[in-house]
Amino acid sequence: MFKRILAGAFALAVPFAAGQAMAQEKVLKAVMHADVRVIDPVWTTQTIANIHGALIYDTLFGNDADQKPHPQMVGKYEVSPDKLTYTFTLRDGLKFHDGSPVTTKDVIASLKRWGAKDGVGQRLMGFVTKMEPVDDKTFTMVLKAPYGMVLESLGKTSSSIPAIMREKDALTDPQQQIKEAVGSGPYMFAKDQWVPGSKAVYLKNKDYQPRTEAPSSFAGAKIPGVDRIELVWISDPQTAMSALVNGEIDFYENPPNDFLPMLEKARGVKLLKTGKIDSTQGFIRLNHLQPPFDNVKARQAMYYLINQEDFLRAIVGNPKYYKVCPALLTCGGPYESAGGREWMKEYNPKKALQLLKEAGYKGEPITVLSATDHATITPATQVLIQAMREAGINVDAQSMDWGSVVTRRAKKDPPAQGGWNIFVTTSGGVGSANPVLHTWIGAACDKGLFGWPCDAKIEELRNAFGMAQTEEERKKIANELQARAMEQVVYVPFGQWDTPLAFRADKIDGVVPNTGLAVLWGITKK
Amino acid sequence: MTAYIVRRLFATLPVMAVVALFVFFLLRFAPGDPAAIIAGEDATTEAIEAVRAKLGLDRPMVEQFFVWVTQLLRGDLGVSIFSNLPVTRLISQRLEPTVALTLSTLFVAVAMAIPIGVLAAWKVRKWVDRVVMGFAVLGFAMPVFVLAYILIYFFAVQWQMLPVQGYQPIKEGLWPFVESLILPSLALGITYMALIARTTRASMLEVLSQDYIRTANSKGLATGRVLLLHALKNAAVPIITVIGIGIALLISGVVITETVFNIPGLGRLTVDAVLKRDYPVVQGLILVFAGAKVLVNLVIDISYAFLDPRIRY
Repeated sequence: MFKRILAGAFALAVPFAAGQAMAQEKVLKAVMHADVRVIDPVWTTQTIANIHGALIYDTLFGNDADQKPHPQMVGKYEVSPDKLTYTFTLRDGLKFHDGSPVTTKDVIASLKRWGAKDGVGQRLMGFVTKMEPVDDKTFTMVLKAPYGMVLESLGKTSSSIPAIMREKDALTDPQQQIKEAVGSGPYMFAKDQWVPGSKAVYLKNKDYQPRTEAPSSFAGAKIPGVDRIELVWISDPQTAMSALVNGEIDFYENPPNDFLPMLEKARGVKLLKTGKIDSTQGFIRLNHLQPPFDNVKARQAMYYLINQEDFLRAIVGNPKYYKVCPALLTCGGPYESAGGREWMKEYNPKKALQLLKEAGYKGEPITVLSATDHATITPATQVLIQAMREAGINVDAQSMDWGSVVTRRAKKDPPAQGGWNIFVTTSGGVGSANPVLHTWIGAACDKGLFGWPCDAKIEELRNAFGMAQTEEERKKIANELQARAMEQVVYVPFGQWDTPLAFRADKIDGVVPNTGLAVLWGITKK
Repeated sequence: MTAYIVRRLFATLPVMAVVALFVFFLLRFAPGDPAAIIAGEDATTEAIEAVRAKLGLDRPMVEQFFVWVTQLLRGDLGVSIFSNLPVTRLISQRLEPTVALTLSTLFVAVAMAIPIGVLAAWKVRKWVDRVVMGFAVLGFAMPVFVLAYILIYFFAVQWQMLPVQGYQPIKEGLWPFVESLILPSLALGITYMALIARTTRASMLEVLSQDYIRTANSKGLATGRVLLLHALKNAAVPIITVIGIGIALLISGVVITETVFNIPGLGRLTVDAVLKRDYPVVQGLILVFAGAKVLVNLVIDISYAFLDPRIRY
């Protein structure tokens, strides 16, 4: 009543009419896990930049909810009998948001840029000898050897997506950000309304011609469901939750686990568990370049310090949302494997210390980069530090914000000179489900990710997985790979958990579980 | 007076130069690397180094400083490392919410603090005084975010009278604009109000003990006239000073308020830029804040001359 009286008084006093046109629009207001600050999904691997990219760019293929690739921009394609030449033909009606048609020149330039930057793209391009246009709609990709992951790579739904840009944008140096975000996807980026750190606005692409197949994640029809999507950034989770309960926002991508009981009870709000494999995997990364973890026995010792339930209770709490998973490839994923799981059967701090001593550890401080501002990594690091101290290990816990951890972990120097021994991080379940997409399982030495595991056998197995032609062969290799990676301790997993999506079921329809990235285009307003 | 103002404005130049020098090197010596944040979770060391090289962050620090200063002298604050947008655009996008929040807070605080401060001084050592001062202590002691969450819980979530979060620019309509500012202004204003009310009371008590007030009372002037015309005007200099100091406090206070109420102002821009190590944005913001602080001090100093004829520059 109070609100109506005040509003009425103001309306009478000041007849502002602005916003009337806006009121007619169907607007989806979504709070994601981060704010859109970078508009180039190839320049960065940030998930939010790829959610942005998936709204405005299309991809040649799209992986479905089971991570099987289906044509998206491609109308038809052929693979030569020797599996070395792929011929792709674009479907009719593809246009960029500036009205120009999508041609094979745009596609080839985009794939080259993505292939120079993205880990999966680099692996694919390692097999590609040439990409040539046949005409404006058809092009060929020639490989030097058969590679079984061509279509999955082109349809990947984890960062960075192989976004098809205009040729003039795609010719930008991959190490530099593009200046204009003009794609051919279901939504157009309204750059003039973008307030970095606050709001990114996407307008329905009325010229978009979706496929006719049923939608499934990034595959099938992408039908824009609302006129306007606003990705609103609310940095304070308490405020975001209150805004959802109050109906000020429609969709909250990652409510903290503490708030789930309240959201479960909130009127009009529904929680949707993430997809079969779109969980989060937590793990401890050890620095393979520095003692004591340059010794495999010291790395294996860490397995005996991990009781996954301890970590998961600290991070998630409710067992409904977590899963004990002593594996590197996502539990519940297509390549879930038993390989190497025996390493994590026993929680035994005494044995951990004994193994460390056998590896030459004499009580030197072990530097743990301890993030203080991360919803999941912070509690997990605290549990780890406690477990290490209880085992009698000398821990040098260095507290810092996550931004500093991200910087420090790139340093290869000894811990006393600014390097590190241990940090904790997470990985998306979709990426971690596939040995090729899962970059953290790699052991490419200096060219690998922080921690720099170095093992030729692991890399051989990843390559073999990519080249495998049958599903059975892939599963066999995945099992062997996980066993080898666990033995070498590329990292120490501490479990898997879901972060349900929260949304106003009384206001929106069409919310589907994430599969690597949020699928927002199909959401409609009631 | 004009010569004084010109002299003061020129005196700001070395201040700004020192601020620029300090903020540039402080940021560079702080841990953190924007290239690592940009490259993202799954980026290799090589990829991070490539981004760093392209951004020019691998160049000697002194060279980076001179590039920035040269830009500054041309009036260019640079572009955000992340969004590639000019820092001036980012600041201008955020200026309106912060100015609106600061002014509305100032309005709420001053409009409530001065009457209750005067009242407390008039009724000194009576129950009214004790209630007012108790409220002032409580208001000053309570963290802004605690009060903010309490206000959100009752006014937005429970009673649904006001929005939880967000800012509506005035072009979207006067009521949405005012509605979006009520809770943040109250949350931020109560601390500020407590500060002004205490100062008002103390200053009024000193003035009320002066002979000319006794004369005014003995002449039979109405109490209100004595309090407002004779006492308050002469008690104004310390009050204006504390309002000026308060504006500086507001600049830091809005960081929390803007975060809790999700107002896209300069405070949040600063925090986000610091967390992301977006050097050009932080540098630009600190210069703007320093300039604003210098100007507020100048305005306050000038206002003394109008309030107290004995003060001349």
